Amino acid sequence: MSSVLVFLEIKNREISRISWEAMAAGHQLAASLGVPVDLAVVANRDNPLLQTIHGKVPRTVYAIDDPLLHDYTADGYTTACAQLIEHAKPTYVVFPHTYQVRDFAPRLATRFQQTLISDVTGIEAGPAFTRQLLQGKLNASYHHSGSEVCFLSIQAGAFRADAAEAGSTAVEPFLPKLDATQIRTKPGEPFRASAQTVDLTSAPILVSVGRGIKEEANLPLVQELATALSAELAASRPICDAGWLPMERQVGSSGQTVAPKLYLAIGISGAIQHLVGMKGSQCVVAINKDENAPIFEVADYGIVGDLFEVVPALTTAVRKVKS
Amino acid sequence: MKIIVAIKQVPERDARIRIDSGNKWIDLEDVEFSMNESDAYALEEALQLKEAHGGEVIVVSAGPERAGKTIREALAKGADRAIHLQSSDETELAAYDALGVARLLAASIQDEKADLVLTGLQSDDLGLGQTGVILAELLGLPHASLILKIEVAGNGLKVLRELEDGWFQHIELATPAVLTIQSGNTKLRYATLMGIKKAKTKEVRVIAVADLVASDPSLKPTAPSVVLDQVKLPHKQRSTQLLGGSPAEAAAALVEKLQFEVRVI
Ligand SMILES: Cc1cc2nc3c(=O)[nH]c(=O)nc-3n(C[C@H](O)[C@H](O)[C@H](O)COP(=O)(O)OP(=O)(O)OC[C@H]3O[C@@H](n4cnc5c(N)ncnc54)[C@H](O)[C@@H]3O)c2cc1C
Ligand SMILES: Nc1ncnc2c1ncn2[C@@H]1O[C@H](COP(=O)(O)O)[C@@H](O)[C@H]1O
Repeated sequence: MSSVLVFLEIKNREISRISWEAMAAGHQLAASLGVPVDLAVVANRDNPLLQTIHGKVPRTVYAIDDPLLHDYTADGYTTACAQLIEHAKPTYVVFPHTYQVRDFAPRLATRFQQTLISDVTGIEAGPAFTRQLLQGKLNASYHHSGSEVCFLSIQAGAFRADAAEAGSTAVEPFLPKLDATQIRTKPGEPFRASAQTVDLTSAPILVSVGRGIKEEANLPLVQELATALSAELAASRPICDAGWLPMERQVGSSGQTVAPKLYLAIGISGAIQHLVGMKGSQCVVAINKDENAPIFEVADYGIVGDLFEVVPALTTAVRKVKS
Repeated sequence: MKIIVAIKQVPERDARIRIDSGNKWIDLEDVEFSMNESDAYALEEALQLKEAHGGEVIVVSAGPERAGKTIREALAKGADRAIHLQSSDETELAAYDALGVARLLAASIQDEKADLVLTGLQSDDLGLGQTGVILAELLGLPHASLILKIEVAGNGLKVLRELEDGWFQHIELATPAVLTIQSGNTKLRYATLMGIKKAKTKEVRVIAVADLVASDPSLKPTAPSVVLDQVKLPHKQRSTQLLGGSPAEAAAALVEKLQFEVRVI
């Protein structure tokens, strides 16, 4: 019997939000196919987090458990998940598109001679799977061919987590056969780079700058606007990579997640890895010369124009009303 | 250390996006191409490793003839030689899914028996974020992804991996191994005039995709499991209020919104 198997990820001692979104995607897919949903989590069957599973009620929750899975490794997870898939025989396997999933799911799919459909943003009739190309400037629709298992990973924020429904679920322990020699990498403890000296998350206004600024020497332009607005300065990744601003000011999946009252994105294209870090802002303003830049999809107000003209004009206008 | 770097030629970041008549990709007329960003960092890591520990850097790229320019750029920066897995036109490789392309790449580098295979983390055009990890599985090697820094430690490697939300971790693994490199951790070098001159004399082995497939029928793209049906411009669901006029007018209009609607001034 066919089914949809959704993998949930535990992070910071909770099942991560993107996991609930992947679960919603899995339920939507399963409903369209008329098949049940099973869930899988790497956890001991007695882990209290399993009791926090909510949303639509699954058929079974598999608690994948082995001492060799306590620290994440691609080899350990690939082998354990492959064994569960062989056991549960799902038709679709759905993952949240996290860094951990990016690290092992392609390997897992390859073990089944399949290609993961990564970073899916929508599921339509067929089923057809939508994902973005060219950093969000193009959408592509794919289907899976053949009768083998199909692997998907779901982009953050693309699906809304389902509301909880009453009902209880059977937790079934799944004990994979793992051997320490199968695990060829030795992971170290996670650490943070350096002590944070700015707290972007508490700033009510962020003026955020991207590669459109072109050169480090142009940064005072946005700094002046930030000062005029009493805002903190933030940035997209390339600005911090270049060392123009410290990494603690980086917004996005590998930096800070912020939700200020106002987020002003200047010369930022709006790649998904940036958007996930600022989509929750109460008001987003984008200044970009490209009217098709994906940032405008999440902006409340937009100015299509050259930032080198617009930003100084804005600074002047802000100063005028403030004085 | 013998290091292979997989590099892909991709459309420039600000290339104009127009869908082509087949609805499967963009119209490439007038489009400029460049080396995929994270691949440039993978190449830089490889060159620095070679400078510190000796060895050889070989680049491999699958793509049509135009990819030769990006290959020459890598050679000019210091790669020793190259393998160009050449497709006959713009569409031949599109018949393969990520696993299919990775199989071709694996077949073309297998005999090199490299100590280290580096790829970019993700291509800027297809954005699959998978090819390196798939390669590792196909080659039977351990891997680590999202890598920012590589150190030689004992008879293996100690690498710095990026995690989400500003966290990192170190990972130790033995060679041979595959690493996928994240952008941004070092400064990229420019090709020198001398390097550009030298590049002209370096070996580029051109393997036609068709010839490779003929030598190993299992590489044929008979049934890719993932099939692209069509591409579309994103459906605009925006509720963005665009503020027009001159820069001064737009700025004044925005300030008014910030004052009276967003109430942050
Ligand atoms: C695993 C992973 C993690 C990542 N993590 C992050 C992260 O945490 N944060 C992050 O930001 N990115 C992250 N990225 C990178 C992300 O994919 C994008 O590459 C990055 O966000 C692009 O930055 P940008 O918008 O500043 O630059 P670009 O994409 O180059 O955009 C520049 C924009 O400026 C505009 N512009 C140019 N000149 C002007 C002008 N004169 N006036 C007005 N507009 C102009 C252009 O139209 C363009 O839209 C990550 C990527 C990966 C693969
Ligand atoms: N056609 C190709 N030729 C050479 N390397 C490639 C090719 N496609 C992908 N790669 C490598 O795999 C990485 C990840 O690509 P992708 O899986 O498409 O996101 C790229 O950064 C390249 O290093």
